[in-house]
Amino acid sequence: MTAEVFDAIWLTVQLATISVVLLLVLATPVAWWLAFTRSRLKIPVEALTTLPLVLPPTVLGFYLLILLGPAGWLGSWWVSLTGETLTFSFTGLVVASMIHSLPFVVQPMRQAFQDMGTGPLEDAATLGAGPVDRFFSVGLPQAKRGIVTACVLGFAHVLGEFGVVLMVGGNIPGRTKVVSITIYESVETLDYATAHMLSAGLLLLSFAVLVGVFAVNRSIPVRAGQ
Amino acid sequence: MSGGRLELDFRLVRGRFDLAISESLALDGVTVLFGPNGSGKSMTLRTIAGLETGAEGIVRFEETDWLRSDSNTFVAAHQRPVAHVFQDARLFSHLDVAGNLGFAERRAKGAGPDVSRQDVIEVFDIAHLLQRMPQGLSGGERQRVAMARALLTRPRLVLMDEPLSALDVQRRAQALNFIEQIPERFQVPVIYVTHHIDEVVRLANQLVLIAGGRIEASGRSADLMSRLDLPPFTGRFEAGSIIEATVRRHNAEFALTELEVTEGVKVEVPFLDFPVGEVVRLRVRARDVSIAVAKPKGLSLRNVLPARVEEVQAEADTAFAEVRLSVAGQAVRARVSRASAHELKLKPGKAVHAMVKATALDRRLLARR
Repeated sequence: MTAEVFDAIWLTVQLATISVVLLLVLATPVAWWLAFTRSRLKIPVEALTTLPLVLPPTVLGFYLLILLGPAGWLGSWWVSLTGETLTFSFTGLVVASMIHSLPFVVQPMRQAFQDMGTGPLEDAATLGAGPVDRFFSVGLPQAKRGIVTACVLGFAHVLGEFGVVLMVGGNIPGRTKVVSITIYESVETLDYATAHMLSAGLLLLSFAVLVGVFAVNRSIPVRAGQ
Repeated sequence: MSGGRLELDFRLVRGRFDLAISESLALDGVTVLFGPNGSGKSMTLRTIAGLETGAEGIVRFEETDWLRSDSNTFVAAHQRPVAHVFQDARLFSHLDVAGNLGFAERRAKGAGPDVSRQDVIEVFDIAHLLQRMPQGLSGGERQRVAMARALLTRPRLVLMDEPLSALDVQRRAQALNFIEQIPERFQVPVIYVTHHIDEVVRLANQLVLIAGGRIEASGRSADLMSRLDLPPFTGRFEAGSIIEATVRRHNAEFALTELEVTEGVKVEVPFLDFPVGEVVRLRVRARDVSIAVAKPKGLSLRNVLPARVEEVQAEADTAFAEVRLSVAGQAVRARVSRASAHELKLKPGKAVHAMVKATALDRRLLARR
């Protein structure tokens, strides 16, 4: 395995891990809000968080390129803050991955919160638990399965993304060159050995992760009869 | 003190349902909210608990406003010293029984009297369940854990919303034994919602009758009992009457208890564990009463009471007629076929015999008459 290929793998794992961790922090409150709100904003917000699921990655990538570029408002703000550009950087990739994978993290959690319903929360309230307490002591543990699913789907989705990464991150070894792009490049240069190895690696990893998730979900007690 | 004053004067509109409750309750022991399905009992309870946010008006417990719309006062559910036992015995499925108890214990505000984990485990007999997950418990066990958990928050008021509805008849009788103890054992008043008349007879010290989103009557349950069997509170099938009788004798051999309704008028019921001399209530369902014009012989029914017909009311759309009888001055209702009523020439004033399959109800409430 060449150093460049190893870099690509390591970068991809880092990207997926960081994106999913940050997404969990941001998406959980959004999912909670979507599950329980009666606000009129619910439908537009729901549409907005689902949008990355249906948009072609190149469209999303194009707009992100504009937004994150030195002339875009987010990009220029970032430049003034750090002196670095967001486009063609690892940080920019994280932002892009988070937006691209948002629906994969929000939807399972929203579904889990909805399945739980308001019953356990009312129950907790009458036992003296305030809103924040209810979220952490009842909401999160009750939605455990949904959260695990969200992590896995989010992680796998970041691993596999191609179009957005190419548009926003380019192909800079060690900074933005992830596994999926390395595979594409290997095929282009007829380096089938590397393409095989990385593809098989991703395939096995994805399979192993899914097996792990299903096994874990089985051991989390199922809520019966509710 | 298992008391407390609860002032209710609120309105809650949900879709086409309009709930308007205005009542001042001096809580004592168990107060039963009784009414047909959809009458607004549960919504009233939820408003008291703070779970309904749309209510307008006043909810005040003792000196504290829990809701006062004109000054924008709303005490959130988790800040009210109230425990709620829900119909479906909601327990946290991610925690075992001990974990469920701990959840409540850690959040106890200490507003009410001292309640220890040991107390509730003992009273509700759940020591052997502590390590179990809620999913593995029977309906009755779940309710006992839910009650234990509710009391561990050391509430000043316990609300129960049809807690027995998921249980079969036998389990219900058991659970009633536990519920009955709560006010005295834990020094806390209970408001109990049900549409089952037998639970009312068994539990109620006070009664509030609700129908169509309004309070129809409230007061000491003994004074209101006779109204329970009137529509809209009870369907024809469940209709009946309540009579008082004194325990006279126990017959161990046949497991019977003999009660005296009045001098010389006796009723036998399956063994009741009450001392001789105790006054109890009996609920007699109208469909368990038959009428004979002459004193019958050779019957398996042992309760044949001399009675007088007060009123005969034919149900226009059915084969039945309702006959109001007087047994030693107490009203007993019978539901017989219209054909029988016609054949037996039942008319007001006629002397008859009422044959009763008594359903005994063991409430000592009237012991101190």
